[in-house]
Amino acid sequence: MRRISLTVNGVKHDAMVEPRQLLVYFLREQLALTGTNVGCDTSTCGACTILVNGKSAKSCTLLAVQADGAEVTTIEGLASNGEMHPLQKAFHESHGLQCGYCTPGMIMASVDLIANNDAMSDEDIRMGLEGNLCRCTGYQNIVKSVQQAAGEMRSPAST
Amino acid sequence: MEVLQPTSWGEALAAKEEHPGAVPLAGGTDLLVELNFDRRRPETIIDLTRVAELNEWSHVNGGVRLGAGVDYTRVIAELASELPGLAIASRTVGSPQIRNRGTVGGNLGTSSPAGDALPPLVASGARIELAATSGTRVVPVEEFCIAPKRNVLAPDELIAAIHMPVATGPQQFSKIGTRNAMVIAVASFALTLDPPARSVGTGIGSAGPVPLRATEAERFLEGVLDEEGLWDSRGQLSEGAVARFGQLASEASRPIDDVRGSAAYRRHSLGVMAGRTLAWAWDEYRGTL
Repeated sequence: MRRISLTVNGVKHDAMVEPRQLLVYFLREQLALTGTNVGCDTSTCGACTILVNGKSAKSCTLLAVQADGAEVTTIEGLASNGEMHPLQKAFHESHGLQCGYCTPGMIMASVDLIANNDAMSDEDIRMGLEGNLCRCTGYQNIVKSVQQAAGEMRSPAST
Repeated sequence: MEVLQPTSWGEALAAKEEHPGAVPLAGGTDLLVELNFDRRRPETIIDLTRVAELNEWSHVNGGVRLGAGVDYTRVIAELASELPGLAIASRTVGSPQIRNRGTVGGNLGTSSPAGDALPPLVASGARIELAATSGTRVVPVEEFCIAPKRNVLAPDELIAAIHMPVATGPQQFSKIGTRNAMVIAVASFALTLDPPARSVGTGIGSAGPVPLRATEAERFLEGVLDEEGLWDSRGQLSEGAVARFGQLASEASRPIDDVRGSAAYRRHSLGVMAGRTLAWAWDEYRGTL
């Protein structure tokens, strides 16, 4: 067992983990943060996307010990003071989800995408979310949701 | 399983010497999937992501020395003008999440003939810097991979860096797969034009046991460009020359039938990609892009 110390959604955690433990199972099973889903175990689907030190990563292909000392953000860390994050709100309002399984990963990938890109075309968003699969929506409303949130996040005064 | 996490290059090399069977870990794109599927059970993993020296690139002898641990996102953002072929290929790797962690050093370490970064390295004559506690050696990329997923690394060696010349002309890359993102290439092709040296470089991916060069295609195109004075005139390349280049590139491949595609499809698609990348690169050289 290895001792790790990391910050998840602003909260510091010290924990003992097996070196073999994947970060996604550490988050789900030891911290009970089950918002991050496991879809494929092969990094193909993107459902397990989280932020590690502000950058999107697939937590099914990261070891928990690799996150020692890191700042991790999961879907549970986005809302503040009971207010949904603009992306969560937009996915709700623009019907960016149906079954919802891919949604946490879609939203976390979108956080990184919006943070690192200025005005985005629909095509840019599709490219930016190329590592995330959705089997329900046909993506139209996901792109719409990200556009809505990006607009809102860039002009906070209007909200 | 034990995970060693050295924080300096010296520590990393000492760890590899002490544990010659240890598997190095960079972005985890390949290794973690193998662990998840229980295809591999190494006793020791050396996590190289904390070694700061590996995460740097610099100018050395007029070229670029790319630390083995620099991720694809940074190659795209920081080296697109100096290493355009590698940057284009990097944009096709996995997805943003994968590019945030995956590295050119890792791609080399895996030594899959389908590695997206490898054809541009071959096309530009990259040299790979290998290190052990006992010293450093540099090998041409074409001699680095020796068979599918096998390379010349000794048990005590790690990949330190990739040395590449700065681009002097257009470079291109193309790959074919079943989905735009997150796929292993069915076949890929990289092209480097070096106008000052009057030379052409090529790299073939996923169509042979190792990344290959299409030497005859290179010599043919160099011949056409010289004989017709096209390097200086920047005139149009004939359709026949483009087609012949594609054909020679296709013939240089040594593909097999496997789950991702047939040998015949790979040969055909390489001809198409070689012709396309040449058309793109030549248009850029002519200033018509």
